[in-house]
Amino acid sequence: MIDLATPTIWFIILLLGIGTFLIRFSFIGVLGNRRLPDYVMRLLRFVPVAVMPGLVAPLIVWPQATGGEPDLPRLTAAVAALLIGAATRSLLGAIVGGMSVLYLMLYLTS
Amino acid sequence: MTSKSAFWQGFQAGLPFVLIVCPFGLLFGVVATEAGLELRETMAMTALVIAGASQFTALQLMAEQAPTFVVIGAALAVNMRMAMYSASMAPHIGGAPVWQRAIAAYFLVDQTYAASIQKYQDHPDMTLRIKMIYFFGVVTPICPLWYVFTYIGAVSGSTIPESFALDFAVPITFIALVAPALRSLPHIAAAFVSVVVALALSWIPFSLGLIVAAALAMVTGAEVEKWKERRS
Repeated sequence: MIDLATPTIWFIILLLGIGTFLIRFSFIGVLGNRRLPDYVMRLLRFVPVAVMPGLVAPLIVWPQATGGEPDLPRLTAAVAALLIGAATRSLLGAIVGGMSVLYLMLYLTS
Repeated sequence: MTSKSAFWQGFQAGLPFVLIVCPFGLLFGVVATEAGLELRETMAMTALVIAGASQFTALQLMAEQAPTFVVIGAALAVNMRMAMYSASMAPHIGGAPVWQRAIAAYFLVDQTYAASIQKYQDHPDMTLRIKMIYFFGVVTPICPLWYVFTYIGAVSGSTIPESFALDFAVPITFIALVAPALRSLPHIAAAFVSVVVALALSWIPFSLGLIVAAALAMVTGAEVEKWKERRS
């Protein structure tokens, strides 16, 4: 239960809002139209594949819903979503396919 | 591409994320209210921060009576990956007027970033104006629903039953986003390093290990790409 004075709660909310905005605005705001060195441009092209797999890997291997225990239905569903997404390049197909495999596996293993 | 078609293409690209934004927003509303936040505090946080993971981090630390600066520092650390998104968006939309860039930065969440950058990289001929319109097309089905469903969750207190396993919709969505980008050896190598290092450093609190993993993965991708270019 949160047991903080109302001004403290508002202070946290405001600073969190301002800080998050500044993180998001940082490079878009400061760099503007400036041309970056070629190697930096090369690095930046890899941001999506560098951030997102690392963001989800712990959620897949140690899912919260099982209290952090690796879980066969979730691993299978993750692999299915990856394969469908790579083969079809369809976002919706990979989401629906991955969730269907998850429900099927949860049903089979329950 | 006309402005109108760019907006609708973006809108369609953002649409699948409705599947996760709604339950996740609902959950935040419920959890924040149960933790003791008033409705206007919950809504202010959701509207000012729009970053689910860091909002949950802040809630949890506030409930654990952590010192104020720890709450703020930890919740901001969870958002540090967005500096990388910002850097990667800069070459595409950095030329826009500053007010447009500020509004776009406010809406730069995982889903709007991932959908837009994929489009920009696949279509290098898009103009600045079309890129901006596409981005706001992606934002339209995602961010308003985040506010609305946080509100519904906070007021109704009802959430989606656990048997729907929606906890896993978030990882599945990110896999679905990244899978099509794994089209060359450098991309696969970067993703692999990202996964391995993120898992190895997952003991570091507040997702800070992810920043290290992402940095190493970017260098890996760039170096493998250079090596491939030299060979061909």
